[in-house]
Amino acid sequence: MSDDQKFDMELDCKNLSCPLPVLKTKQAIGKLTPGQVLKMTSTDPGSNKDMASWSNRTGNPILKTEVVGNEHIFYIQRK
Amino acid sequence: MAEERVKKMALIASQGTLDWAYPPFILASTAAAMEMEVAIFFTFYGLPLLKRKIDAKVSPQSNPAMPMKMPFGPKFFQNISWPMPNFLTGNAPGFESMATTMMKKTFKNKGVASVTELRDLCMEAGVKMIACQMTMDVFGFEKKDFIEGIEYGGAAMFIDFATDADIQMFI
Repeated sequence: MSDDQKFDMELDCKNLSCPLPVLKTKQAIGKLTPGQVLKMTSTDPGSNKDMASWSNRTGNPILKTEVVGNEHIFYIQRK
Repeated sequence: MAEERVKKMALIASQGTLDWAYPPFILASTAAAMEMEVAIFFTFYGLPLLKRKIDAKVSPQSNPAMPMKMPFGPKFFQNISWPMPNFLTGNAPGFESMATTMMKKTFKNKGVASVTELRDLCMEAGVKMIACQMTMDVFGFEKKDFIEGIEYGGAAMFIDFATDADIQMFI
């Protein structure tokens, strides 16, 4: 793919249930500098809605989401 | 436009069984991750959730609608809900600890954090935990029984925080 999203850190939240993907994302985002991007992979089917709400509240934008099989992949930028 | 102040959430945790231990810690850790200021007031049976070692159990007898499922075997087998007659859940010796073990195992299989892990995440995220001083005196708890980094107070202290809170819940 030519439009692959670049990222600075990767976080594996596979096989973790609510609320861990959100909590671990928050922790990981805190380690980045503003503008950097986190790639987070989750298998929690609820994480789609949860990550959108989290992003909306905290103001860290989700640049892109992908669904591959049962994996939800989020590219989140630190505000 | 005035600068938006930090949102606040105030919880009361009044129950200490394993199933009721989850909601306050899940909500508090998540609200903190959503950059809210959070306080939990632990009172009555919720107070032991602040003990160094959480020994919360689940009581199927007081939760008649609780699905009883096996934490092992093929998926169809795990999805079966086993009907448990009330005389069994109430009278069979060791039923409560068996149900507790099974719930913990099922939660672990599904990638759910333990109550202790969630409590640690709350502490790391700066959730304010307040132990009810009156309950401590009534049930005979001492400060040395509890984890470090918590506060001690009463109803007025909680009301003071909750007055400015955007979310308040009694759990």
